[in-house]
Amino acid sequence: MANASLLQFVHRRRRGAELFLLILALVVGIGAYASVGLGVDGEVPTNIVGYGGWLAALVVAAHVVVRLVAPYADPVLLPVVAALNGIGLAVIHRLDLAEDTGNADQQLIWMTLGVALFVATLVFLRDHRLLARFTYTSGLAAIGLLILPMLPVIGNEVNGARIWIHVGPFNFQPGEVAKVLLVITFAGYLVVHRDALALAGRRVLFVDFPRGRDLGPILVMWGISLSILVLQKDLGSSLLFFGLFLIMLYVSTERPGWLVVGGLLFFSGATVAFQIFAHVQQRVDIWLDPFADRNGDGYQLVQGLYGFAWGGLIGRGLGEGMPSRVPEAESDFIMAAIGEELGLTAVIAILLLYGLIVERALRAALISRDGFGKLVATGLGGVFAIQVFVVIGGVTRLIPLTGLTTPFLSYGGSSLVANWVIIALLLRISDQARRPLPEVVEASEDPDLFQTQIVKAVDR
Amino acid sequence: MSELTLFLVRIAYLAILWIFVLSAISVIRSDMFGARLPSTGAAPAPKPAKQKAPPKRRGSPTHVAVIQGSNTGITASLAHAPILIGRGNDAAIRLDDDYVSTRHARIAASGDQWYVEDLGSTNGTYLGSQRITQPVTIGLGAQVRIGKTILELRK
Repeated sequence: MANASLLQFVHRRRRGAELFLLILALVVGIGAYASVGLGVDGEVPTNIVGYGGWLAALVVAAHVVVRLVAPYADPVLLPVVAALNGIGLAVIHRLDLAEDTGNADQQLIWMTLGVALFVATLVFLRDHRLLARFTYTSGLAAIGLLILPMLPVIGNEVNGARIWIHVGPFNFQPGEVAKVLLVITFAGYLVVHRDALALAGRRVLFVDFPRGRDLGPILVMWGISLSILVLQKDLGSSLLFFGLFLIMLYVSTERPGWLVVGGLLFFSGATVAFQIFAHVQQRVDIWLDPFADRNGDGYQLVQGLYGFAWGGLIGRGLGEGMPSRVPEAESDFIMAAIGEELGLTAVIAILLLYGLIVERALRAALISRDGFGKLVATGLGGVFAIQVFVVIGGVTRLIPLTGLTTPFLSYGGSSLVANWVIIALLLRISDQARRPLPEVVEASEDPDLFQTQIVKAVDR
Repeated sequence: MSELTLFLVRIAYLAILWIFVLSAISVIRSDMFGARLPSTGAAPAPKPAKQKAPPKRRGSPTHVAVIQGSNTGITASLAHAPILIGRGNDAAIRLDDDYVSTRHARIAASGDQWYVEDLGSTNGTYLGSQRITQPVTIGLGAQVRIGKTILELRK
């Protein structure tokens, strides 16, 4: 039996290890806050007890809920996220001190809301397979959310991209929620249709290309991504959604041909967009030669690069650089602020932490027992991977800069809340996957004594 | 606050950050393979390690062979029954045939009879010209067609 060797192992709960890592994560987060105070004012901030206590309360609440409702969940995800969020809060606080704004308090409120939704997701969603019922509903909801910013009254254009809605005092980026819904839609759709999409057509140079008649879904997704690019002028989201679909299509069908087809579609779309739209051309020009107009178009990127260079290997120290010279340092360019004040050492540590999140997501996908869970976990990991690559690649001038948030670090409520929900979903999937199988009664020779193994089923 | 103190604070903070990263990685490392099932003690009764292979008898088949299709020549021993056939990586007989599903069919034993069972494949499993809808007994030399591939039981 193929399973026999695997069944020898059971996953341990590892909640103790999670608690240990969470305490370290709190030290990282609160330590950064104290270090900011030391660097800027020369003393530990007076509200450190209140701030630290609030952060600790949030983290401990999340930990207790995981202990109660998802005891087998992955022990590394929550601490990594807590540490990233803590660092993000401290850096935003540091920029507040330089610019005299109050973003960190806002962000702490959003984090509280994020943890509340994290808890709610874990408590109310006891089996991730329930989500498969909402395949098309969530797809429709995602498209609705993506259209919202285009509506006349509530939609709003910020820095050229039309991705915000304003309802009363609240600002929200519906695209952030849409990405979670889209993962569920793609997973639900592909898990049913993957055998048809895996049928091979022509074989060129060792790659099986899909049949022409199966191109429908990828063309629809391509159209949606392009219309986001054209109508909302949002390069980042457009790239994220198409890349996400391509990853999930490839994983579910095991056909590299889809990657070739998707890559060609993407590059043809991007080339046309480059020819037609001034804002795309501008981004590419800045990327190719940011110093050509370093006080105009290229100002933000050039200041970010100066920050990285000035920070060097170990940085200027928290509170001792000038990260506020970069416009939007608290959102898109938070990596530049970290690079300046904590140096390459911390930038690499943070990139590693993102790598760990993606690795744990893929790990949950590998050990998950149902196709839907595998695809959702892969998709959520893919969202993180693409987002981090696109935004940090943009800030470090590896690729043209596109507007996406740095998950958990940068200032922005919708993104933070959506990412906490993503982590809750990943924990739920890994909890289901790592839970030991129910004891199987060995089949005896006498057919009358055969017992059916009880499998928890979920209605579709 | 002197330069030196601030420098030490900075170094200490970077050290804490990396201690966190490395501890997270070490937790992952120790978690890689899970824990071994406790084989004795208070734990539930240990399971027999392997399902018992059906009793050997003269004239009974010992392996399945692919006799037609792109993977002609592949065999799998019946001692490891049930045998999963499909295009997926977990299949005991892995076929590179576009008309085969990821988990297509399986061959299992009951008593000294061998059965072939379709696992909800897209293109079906055929015994002769008959598409099978439930487990069907197969004997020596019976030809099972899956996609463009034909398999049979052999001694």
